[in-house]
This record gives sequence, structure tokens and C-alpha cells, in this order.
Amino acid sequence: MDFTFTEEQLALRESVSRFLMNEAAPELLREIWETGGGRSPELRAKIAAQGITGLSVPEAYGGLGLGDVDWALITEELGYYAIPDSLADTAYVATGLLCAMPESASLREQWLRRIADGTARVSIVHPVNPWVADAHLADMVLVFHAGDDGELELRAMSAAELQHSAMTSIDASRRLSTLTQPRGASPPLLGGARAQELADATVDRAAVAEAGHLVGLAQRMLDLSVDYAAQRRQFGKPIGSFQAVKHHLADVVTRIEFARPVLYRAALALQRGERHRSALVSHAKLACADAAWTAARKAIQVHGASGYTWEVDLQMFMKRAWVLDAAWGDRAFHKARLGEALLRDDAPLGPAATLY
Amino acid sequence: MDLDFTPQQEAFRAEVRAWLRDHVPQRPLASYDTGEGFEQHRAWEAKLAAGGYSSVIWPTELGGRGSDLIEWLIFEEEYYAADAPMRVNQNGILLLGPTLMEFGTAEQKARFLPRMARCDDMWAQGWSEPNAGSDMANISGRAIRDGDEYVINGQKTWSTRAVFANWLFGLFRSDPQSNRHHGLSYLLVPLDARGVTIRPIKALNGKQAFAEVFFDDVRVSVANRIGEEGQGWNVAMATAGFERGLLLRSPARFQRTAKRLVELYRRHQASADRDPSIRDGVLKAWMDAEAYNLASYHTVGRLLKGGRVGAESSTNKIFWSELDLQMHETAMRILGPRAELIDDPEVHDWLEGFLFAQAGPIYAGTNEIQRNIIAERVLGLPKS
Repeated sequence: MDFTFTEEQLALRESVSRFLMNEAAPELLREIWETGGGRSPELRAKIAAQGITGLSVPEAYGGLGLGDVDWALITEELGYYAIPDSLADTAYVATGLLCAMPESASLREQWLRRIADGTARVSIVHPVNPWVADAHLADMVLVFHAGDDGELELRAMSAAELQHSAMTSIDASRRLSTLTQPRGASPPLLGGARAQELADATVDRAAVAEAGHLVGLAQRMLDLSVDYAAQRRQFGKPIGSFQAVKHHLADVVTRIEFARPVLYRAALALQRGERHRSALVSHAKLACADAAWTAARKAIQVHGASGYTWEVDLQMFMKRAWVLDAAWGDRAFHKARLGEALLRDDAPLGPAATLY
Repeated sequence: MDLDFTPQQEAFRAEVRAWLRDHVPQRPLASYDTGEGFEQHRAWEAKLAAGGYSSVIWPTELGGRGSDLIEWLIFEEEYYAADAPMRVNQNGILLLGPTLMEFGTAEQKARFLPRMARCDDMWAQGWSEPNAGSDMANISGRAIRDGDEYVINGQKTWSTRAVFANWLFGLFRSDPQSNRHHGLSYLLVPLDARGVTIRPIKALNGKQAFAEVFFDDVRVSVANRIGEEGQGWNVAMATAGFERGLLLRSPARFQRTAKRLVELYRRHQASADRDPSIRDGVLKAWMDAEAYNLASYHTVGRLLKGGRVGAESSTNKIFWSELDLQMHETAMRILGPRAELIDDPEVHDWLEGFLFAQAGPIYAGTNEIQRNIIAERVLGLPKS
């Protein structure tokens, strides 16, 4: 029993953090916001050169073959720096989906090497999301959609095949569209129970990735607020010396402290293919979203009026935290999944017998 | 990350489980805040000690098992899963025990620790005074050196279970010229000494859960001082964070309550669901109890790799005390109009727990003090 990270895992996280600190400063993110596509090919190329796009691609396809637990740490960093790119969708979620597809419907040869070297962007359409992220730039779109019999089918489509129209998010780093022709003309790769299984696994991976982003965002908003509270002076003192301000920020620390282990546990459950993994993922998404929303609320309060401005960077992280709450399953969705696992006759509960 | 227990850890779990199955009293004990209940709990503590389970992390020569913190978590899980009695001597075992181990002389350890483990001695704490609560450094109770003795005058208060205890550990001002943290000494005082008066204080549930303790020229030997004269504050604080932050409330206790809450909700689901927020409260209780468990394993793993307790000692206190309140509030709302009936068998433990949960954010350092500690020591914000 050792519920901690290895030195290598922590070192990887640290190197990703340093890289993003230098390459993804808020000023740069604002510049990217203003571009039409909302994405920076240069930043994406640098991220690929760091090997981040290949982290979970199997070694046979030119990646590092890392697992869900490693990714949990990486998504925290992607959240912390509010990377304006649905990077985890391609490099983690779609990669996992491609690896899980049966040989008969394999797209692995074709796509995994390109994902690893950073030249392919994959978007995922799933019924849990009414919108799709980054479809306008996708080299391939994996589409889960109900067929005529009501059962899910999985298709691989080109962006050109899909008819979509852009939707504007309040988070300018999100580039969303709604699909008008989600099935196109191409035949499904898979249907029936297998497609449903892959769709469920995709929600789990994507939700745990969003949980990581959210707790990373919470930490960033906390750090920004601490800096602000130490510098801003009123009544002749830094406002961070006042208990009312301190207590706001201490609450954020507490939420984060008790969200992170839940994130790590959920990632481990995915990696080990545990029976109750979906409930654990839902718990992680709920806990991390709660930490992020609490952090946003407390952070803007501590920042005072300046937190309500466009100019101060806090807005970038708050908006992302607000919108990711409902991405890959809103709270109602995740509470329902958790409740179902918990309120069964045979649910293992209590010390030493828990779902965990 | 590895969630599998080693064969040795599994063997330890099996051994604890078997022992508890054979020894846990069939009928629940009376409240330890009553005379009858206190004696029952003392007998249970003696039995636990005979089995070697009084405090598994203590060294074997002092009555423990020499367990590491993973085994401690395992023991706690089995203890609460077995519905074993509440621990009556936790103040001694958690607050004084580690202090004695770190600062006590060999003679003091041999004299006090085995008796504490068996509950031959029952320990009350003597920190708070009428004018030294959250501001603990404002202690004014004096212990003035007179040859080989200290002469103690003053008053302690909120001294948990002092009504039934025979010893008290506490901080007293041994240098009358000193102020704040300086000039305090850590002393052990027999409560049957001449000049000690104990005045019980009834808690919210009407039971004598704590007391005021008055000292009127009470003489104790210098052999009863732990650490150097005047160093009492450092002696008391050295182990405080670790014990309060990690050991005071193990996650298993809350996992058991969360399980009971799920069961209570399911028994009364039809009426409870008239208020949709109740189901939400049940889910939250379960999630937070599990989060506390996971955070504990994470912390313990870090400590075993040589890490130190940091923010956890304060974030834990805030988290479990708020969790305990939230769980009991949800139970009260499920029980509805029956929730006030203290003799109702389904209500009794929830109602007692609800009352006790009100104290959680106050004792062992108020949650406001914990938030100050987090802000100043973890976030580095300036002192007020």
C-alpha cells in the first residue's frame, strides 16, 4: 500500500510545469484568444516537441505508454496554465479510445503515430456533450451517435464530412461547435454493446481529465489570490493580513487538499480497470469542480473590483473553471452515476469494505 | 501507486479482525460520561491493552505493537467496522503519550505509559483557562518552584473527562515574570492531591463531559515535569500538529458514520426524498468521508517516505469537523419530527452525535485558528 507518486512521476510533472510556465504565459494566451481559430500551431508544436502529445501513446507507436495516473498529474498542469487547446482530448482521451478499439476496427496504425508526433488533432463527439470542442481544426472526429435502432454507433469522420456551426463560449479558449449532420454518410466502425462500452470508457477518461484541469485551475486561482492579497494594501496593511481574507483562502486550500487524492484514486481505478471506476471518476469530477468553483468565488472576492475586470488575469482561469464544470457530464450526470453505485443493496460501504 | 496491502499487512488485518470479533462487547457500553459507562469503558481499555491494541503505533516495550502508520489505518478500519466502543483515554494516548515518548525520562516513561495504555490512569488535559482559550499563550496558572516541588495555583477549564480522571497534564507558568509562550512548564498533576477541586461542567447533552479544575497550593514533585523548566510550550507543541492533525480522528470513524447514513436514508427514502437536498447530503457525506480516507493514505504514504506533516494538520481538522456536522445534520433531517426524541433507539446515537458534532469545529484548536495557521504557515500571508 503506497498511495503516493514515484520520483519519476513527480519529475515529469515538474518538467511539464516548467515548460508551460515559460511557454504559456497569460499574455500569450490572450494573444491566442484573439486569433480566429483560437489555437496556436506554434504552441502545439512546442508541446509535441516536449513529448506531451505522445505520453499515453504506446511505445510501439512512438509514444511513452504512460498510464492514467501520470496523466492526472499532467492535466493538473494543463489546467494550472489554462492551456487554450483541447490537448487532453487528443493525447489522452482519443488515444485511449483508439487503443481500446478492437483490431477489426483499428485506426491505430493510421493515427497513433501522428498523435504522438503532434501532427494530428482528434475531436470526440459524445451524447454527454451537446457541443464538440475543436471540431473546426480536427484531422479526425470520432463520433458516438445513436443509430436508427437507438443504439450507439461509433464512426470516424473527417471534419469536412461533418456539418457544424460555431458556438461562442464565454471562455474564449473554448472553440465549440454544434453538429447538424452527426452521422454523415460513412458506415459505423462499431455498434451495439461494444460501442456503448467504449463510449462509457471515453466519458470516464474525459471526466477524469476535466477533473485534473479543474483542480489545477483551483490551485492557480489560489496562487493568484495569495499574490494579490500580499501586495494589495488597505488600512495601511496588506489585505492578506486580515482574517476575513485569510479564511477565504484557507477554505480553498482545504477544498484542494481533499479533491486531489480523489482525482488520483479515480485515475488509478481507470488504470487498474476496477469495477467501481465510473463512480470514482464521478466523485473526482464533483470534488474537483467543487474545489474550482469555490476557488473562483473566493478568488474574485479577494481580488475585489479588479477581479471583475477583463484586464486582470484571474478571469481567464475563472471562466475556464466555470465552463468545465459541465463538460463531460454535468453535476447531475455525475451525482446520478455515483448515487446509483452507492444506493444499491450490494454496495460495499464502510471502513475496510468501501467502494474504494 | 500501489493500493494492494502486503501479505504482512493483510495478516495484521486478519489478526485484528479476529481479535475484535472475539472481544468486542456484544451490547453497546453506556456513555463514558456517566460513572457506570466510564467503568465499562475503562474495563474495555484494559482488555484492549492486554491484547496489545491500546495504541498500535507505540513501541512494543511500552505496550504497543510497533506498527507503522499504514497498520494504524488498518487497525482503525477494523476497529470501527467492528463497532467497537469509543476510546475513553484518547487524550492521554494521543496528546500526552507521544510527548512523554519524545521528552520524558526513562523513569517517567516506565512510570506512566504502561498504566496509561491499560487505563489504570485516566488522563485529563489542562491547557485551557478562563482567559486562555484560542489565545493559549495567555496562561496564568502558576507553578512556583519550592525546593523539589512546584506549588500550583490557578484554574483550568474545559478539561475533558476530568470528572473521572485521576491525573492531569497541563501547562503552568513557572516563571512569574514571564509572558506569552515563555516561562511555561509542562507538569503532570495527580487529581487526588490536596488543594485540587474539580467542578463538573455539563455539556449540551446534560452529561458531565468536562470540568473546571481549581488548584489551591497544590504541591507536585519536580519529577512530574516533562522537559526543561520554562520549555513547556515547545514540549507541548512539538507533537501537537501530528497528533491532532493525523491521529485524533481516523478516517474509519467517518466512513462508518457515512455508511450508517446511507443505510438510514435507504430505510426512510420515501419520506426523505420529499426534500431532494437530503439525497444530495447523503452523497456528499459519503464522498467527503472517502476523500478524508484517501487524503489520509496519501499523507501517511508521504510520511513513510520521510515527508513531514504540513498543512494536513490544519486542513484535516477543518475537513473532518465540518464533515461530521454535515453528516449529522443530514441524519437529523431524514429523521424529521422524530429527531428530537432522545430515547428513540434509531434516533439516540444520531442525536448524541449531532450534539457532539457541534463541538468539533471548536475543540483541539478552533477552525478559525486552523484557518489562520493555514493562511500564515502554508500560504505565507502576513500575521494580523
